[in-house]
Amino acid sequence: MAEAQNIPVGSTTAGAIAVAAEADSTVATRMSAPPSFDVADFPVPHGREEEWRFTPLERLRGLHDGTATATGEGVKVAVEAPEGVTVETVGRDDARLGRAGTPVDRVAAQAYSAFQQASVVTVPKETVLTEPIRIAVHGEGGVAYGHQVVELGAFAEAVVVIDHTGDAVLAANVDFVLGDGAKLTVVSVQDWDDKAVHVGQHNALVGRDASFKSVVVTFGGDLVRLHPRVTYAGPGGEAELYGLYFTDAGQHQEHRLLVDHNVPHCKSNVAYKGALQGDDAHAVWIGDVLIEAKAEGTDTYEMNRNLVLTDGARVDSVPNLEIETGEIVGAGHASATGRFDDEQLFYLMARGIPEIDARRLVVRGFFAELVQQIGVPDIEERLIAKIEEELEASVA
Amino acid sequence: MATLEIRDLHVTVEADNATKEILKGVDLTVKQGETHAIMGPNGSGKSTLAYSLAGHPKYTITGGTVTLDGEDVLEMSVDERARAGLFLAMQYPVEVPGVSVSNFLRTSATAVRGEAPKLRTWVKEVKEAMERLNMDPAFAERNVNEGFSGGEKKRHEILQLELLKPKVAILDETDSGLDVDALRVVSEGVNRVRETGEVGTLLITHYTRILRYIKPDHVHVFSAGRIVESGGAELADKLEEEGYEAYTKGGVSA
Repeated sequence: MAEAQNIPVGSTTAGAIAVAAEADSTVATRMSAPPSFDVADFPVPHGREEEWRFTPLERLRGLHDGTATATGEGVKVAVEAPEGVTVETVGRDDARLGRAGTPVDRVAAQAYSAFQQASVVTVPKETVLTEPIRIAVHGEGGVAYGHQVVELGAFAEAVVVIDHTGDAVLAANVDFVLGDGAKLTVVSVQDWDDKAVHVGQHNALVGRDASFKSVVVTFGGDLVRLHPRVTYAGPGGEAELYGLYFTDAGQHQEHRLLVDHNVPHCKSNVAYKGALQGDDAHAVWIGDVLIEAKAEGTDTYEMNRNLVLTDGARVDSVPNLEIETGEIVGAGHASATGRFDDEQLFYLMARGIPEIDARRLVVRGFFAELVQQIGVPDIEERLIAKIEEELEASVA
Repeated sequence: MATLEIRDLHVTVEADNATKEILKGVDLTVKQGETHAIMGPNGSGKSTLAYSLAGHPKYTITGGTVTLDGEDVLEMSVDERARAGLFLAMQYPVEVPGVSVSNFLRTSATAVRGEAPKLRTWVKEVKEAMERLNMDPAFAERNVNEGFSGGEKKRHEILQLELLKPKVAILDETDSGLDVDALRVVSEGVNRVRETGEVGTLLITHYTRILRYIKPDHVHVFSAGRIVESGGAELADKLEEEGYEAYTKGGVSA
């Protein structure tokens, strides 16, 4: 790959393609405990487990060891939905909760075990929304556990924006359930204040011939650790998982993806890009794709790119592709971490463009293909403005 | 009248943990309206001269002066040099992913001209310049140099030359890697700019081929980091017949 040169000191970019003869998936078995809704099924992590080894546990503020107790005013959640959409607050026993996926680590299980009420947003079958559903999650400085469900009936189409702002210690899972032929775009923005801690598992269950698009945008927080995960409920499903992150000094931003090709003839495409700047900026990207033996006709590709703008930042990027059948259309992965390219800077400056503008052009260019995927104009504009703001800060 | 004056220029690079002197006292004056060809064997320092004038950070100036209309070029940053009127058409133009040609050209023209060109006239200006270089209009929407063929890259460099209208244009091996048709198109572009009489041109080349299309007023032979012989266009004919052998031998013994 053209960008694969120049891996900064202190960064790893490892990858693996495993071809398993048996149905024993290492993607599943290298977790320290099997998935469960009950926090008691997970030992308290000590930090050396495969799924925790990149995460500074001491900065989870007790989300991982049961000491973080929910406070009254943890976060405020406001849902703004166009006509035709049902928005409900339900109790723990509602049958619609937890259908898209089971917690895979202790914090996700803690969230599932601790939330008091869940929010369920339903788009009825064949309802095509022209305006996005907006879910505003605003941290009020406390500790909170939550659960959100977004369900689309057959052939429904919707865009959902989940916007995280303010300060909180939050563990919350989100389920996306897509009926047959449904089309859902989810944009999850992590625009937290500097001290916030946010951990969550985003589970998508993609129906037959349904299309799921997730755009995860992470800027803020002291520690953000998200698990976007996809499984398929029937053949013909498509999942596109895009992500952008801008990791600043001292921030830990971790995205751990899994696409489980568990049925035949589904597609997935993963593309995450991050820029890092400042001392102890740490980005972690884990991209797991599992093609199960029965998933013939699978077509998948995953990619992670990191642009390191200054010294002192660290990237760990680990794509894993596990293939249990050879009867597939395509499977591939790529990971590259590079420093800011001084030759690009020279080229632009040699055309009269001042350094700050040249840097801005390059970083905007780096993110451009993913920004275009968002499809929600106000979020795109906010994102571009945010990138500029981060770059201004780096020059100042 | 704009004049680029290079006096006793010494330049080093760091390579393999050692400092190596590449330019060993270059003297050259390029006036607006003149075309100077700098010819020489590989490794003689021609491209180092080009990149040093543009301010590439890889090269360290250890002695001498470079002025443009009396202003100290060596004190200027890379972008200041471009805005002062220096232009370097690069041998290996750099890819800038995600930045469209049209955005790049406009940003660049805005910087060099000191104000954003009026949109209506700008669109026409770019369109016409592209037509003259036989460039497809769709080209403007591609990312800068990304996936460009060798010929497309060079045309794109000359497009910038036409739009930015520098006082002094340095063309670093613009002819390399071009087939005859592309060479003709690119040379015509350079000639259009030269015919305005507003630009001094420093044409750096290994081959005499491009000099059939772009007639130099002066030809300089570059060897071992210096100009070792200067003459008129006839010097190029001599090089065509005899090659650089006489100079490289001289360079070794000197």
